[in-house]
Amino acid sequence: MSTDLLEDVALGEINKYDFITPTHEVFRAQKGLNAQVVAQISEMKREPAWMRDFRLKSLQVFESKPMPRWGGNIAIDFQDIYYYLKPTTEQGKTWDDVPQEIKETFDKLGIPEAEKKFLAGVKAQFESEVVYGSLQEDLAKKGVIFTDTDTAVREYPDLVREYFGRIIPPQDNKFAALNSAVWSGGSFIYVPKGVKIEFPLQAYFRINAERMGQFERTLIVVDEGAEVHYVEGCTAPMYSSESLHSAVVEIIVKKHARCRYTTIQNWANNIYNLVTKRAMAYEGALMEWIDGNLGSRLTMKYPAVYMMEPGARGEILSIAFASKGQHQDAGAKVVHAAPHTKSRIISKSISKNGGRASYRGLCKAEDGAVGCKSNVVCDALILDPKSRSDTYPYIEVEEQDVQIEHEASVSRIGEEQLFYLMSRGLTEAESSSMIVSGFIEPLIKELPMEYAVEMNRLIELQMEGSVG
Amino acid sequence: MPETLQITNLHVAVEGKPILRGVHLTINRGEVHALMGPNGSGKSTLGNAIMGHPNYEVTEGAIELNGQDILAMDASERARAGIFMAFQRPMAIPGVKMADFLRHATTNVRNPQRKEGEELIPMRQFRKELTAKMEQLKMDVEFARRYVNDGFSGGEMKRAEILQMAMLRPKFAILDETDSGLDVDAVKLASQSIAAIAQEQEGGAEMGILIITHHDKLLEYNTPDFTHVMMGGRIVETGGVELARELYTSGYDRIRSSYPEEAAVEDEMQQAAAAAV
Ligand SMILES: Nc1ncnc2c1ncn2[C@@H]1O[C@H](COP(=O)(O)OP(=O)(O)OP(=O)(O)O)[C@@H](O)[C@H]1O
Ligand SMILES: [Mg+2]
Repeated sequence: MSTDLLEDVALGEINKYDFITPTHEVFRAQKGLNAQVVAQISEMKREPAWMRDFRLKSLQVFESKPMPRWGGNIAIDFQDIYYYLKPTTEQGKTWDDVPQEIKETFDKLGIPEAEKKFLAGVKAQFESEVVYGSLQEDLAKKGVIFTDTDTAVREYPDLVREYFGRIIPPQDNKFAALNSAVWSGGSFIYVPKGVKIEFPLQAYFRINAERMGQFERTLIVVDEGAEVHYVEGCTAPMYSSESLHSAVVEIIVKKHARCRYTTIQNWANNIYNLVTKRAMAYEGALMEWIDGNLGSRLTMKYPAVYMMEPGARGEILSIAFASKGQHQDAGAKVVHAAPHTKSRIISKSISKNGGRASYRGLCKAEDGAVGCKSNVVCDALILDPKSRSDTYPYIEVEEQDVQIEHEASVSRIGEEQLFYLMSRGLTEAESSSMIVSGFIEPLIKELPMEYAVEMNRLIELQMEGSVG
Repeated sequence: MPETLQITNLHVAVEGKPILRGVHLTINRGEVHALMGPNGSGKSTLGNAIMGHPNYEVTEGAIELNGQDILAMDASERARAGIFMAFQRPMAIPGVKMADFLRHATTNVRNPQRKEGEELIPMRQFRKELTAKMEQLKMDVEFARRYVNDGFSGGEMKRAEILQMAMLRPKFAILDETDSGLDVDAVKLASQSIAAIAQEQEGGAEMGILIITHHDKLLEYNTPDFTHVMMGGRIVETGGVELARELYTSGYDRIRSSYPEEAAVEDEMQQAAAAAV
């Protein structure tokens, strides 16, 4: 057995999602970013004045903020990006209304098939505009709203205005400001009091035009005692020039409500994925983030839960896989702003072929948050000597009566484990792939069945061709 | 012509340190060989070298399966060629279920030509077979859902090793202290099971077994055709079942005085190992 057992084979980096479907866009905003482009986006969307003003103010905030100096290396020319592109004039009502080439892309991703299974609703975002959506009738009857955010701004202006930008204001960070200025698409979900949705609601996102930023904006409001599980999967084709994905996800989980948000993202290797995700959980509420990050050139993403009232809970499970030329700077943020709140963070990262996976996490207990508890576990698995893993835990405690635990482990794939599996007839590649899937199993089993299968498949693809 | 596993003048070093110093051993299918010898004499090293552990460097000599040199083969290829080793200390693989691992392993060993990503043996067929084997070994079927050796008791690990052997149906099996960690009843069951597994080999031929042990219990239903004594990295004496009996009742004093040179090497190795700690 060679020692450079996980030597890279360049072809192994290309996966089944690396295809490009020709698109006939109806409208493409001019390249670059200025007030005129922002106003034009707002106009195209026939938005109310408050939203146009919000966008324009956000643009100013974006321009005034410096680039973050921590995390990863960001080399983006903001003037070299298209900020808005509308692929079809109308949103498809049924599968038949969806244009052929977009269908083909979805077919390759297995969307209709996924829908046929037990999904409650499918919203698929193709480039900037939601083109296809469906929601089970009985959910609509219960008053559940599941639509794209653009439609929500037009059809539910009061509801949207009440919460939009309240959890993550444009001032929060440079990329939140950028998203606030140019956002397009994303999901809007409102679950009325006491309504429990049994099946996951899901959306598939996809970037498919070169040098095209994708800035979706998701807002989820789970009213008192209600429950929802939202699932978002993402795969992007591979391109040679930089692409930027910068989403904002805001979630409000009211008294005794529950929300679970599951994402699996598999970005092409040239994509910057800079996402702000934050939830506020109120009395006795539970917010869970399950976050899988594969691919991209740089991902910076730290799903957050602010526990605002007593008994609120936050759980964040994340998996990051960094391969050649990839930097995953991912983690979690929990803020205990009220007494007897509880949080748990489990983070697993795998780095391979010179990839770099960093865990960056903040655990904060505010003054007066008595009896709060937080448990953080982060495990890193490094597959070869070229790869790297770092941990940056930040703990800020303003209150004495708290219990905060932090454990971190880093392991290298064990020769003895490899030998054991190989001695049973598994090849070297199969063995390391099996060790990796075992490593992330505690998180995989939290995923809905078909996502677990997809995640395992993605990991296998990442592992394939990895033997020199 | 019976199938054979033939070891000729085998020298093995670990981290540059010589451990085996010229081992000769021929095992035919259908034979039971017992390998005994003091702690640290090199028994497990021999097993690991046969199985193809990358850290056990063969510096001289040959290992042949039916006349074909297997030294260039990695552990996976050797397993597919029909060699199996039940480990003295099996490794835990957290997060990997016994059943998933075994289904994969069984598929590969039964279909040595299988390419990565090709179909596994059908779930139904596999499950049926696995359940039957587990029943024979008096193992709870729930066991298949546990993670490989993760948190297993000593006895559970050894049973799991036998289960793997039962599923993989090797031509040649090395059992390295499979009796240690098992209670009295479990050793008896293990001994019977090994004998049964040895019978039901593919093609009607029986399995060739190398039992590494310090005791007599595993040999109860697997009467050795040959007993070998290892000392200082060499097999110094070979006899029949009576030699095994002598060793587990009287110890190694007679051997030590008959082979002073190997006994000296043995002492040296022990001291070096102790100094290294
Ligand atoms: N992987 C290894 N790394 C370092 N030293 C090793 C390794 N494997 C074996 N050795 C050394 O080689 C010598 C023989 O070890 P081996 O495990 O083969 O003995 P054994 O006969 O199986 O003993 P026991 O009856 O205690 O199991 C010992 O000195 C041991 O420390
Ligand atoms: Mg041993």
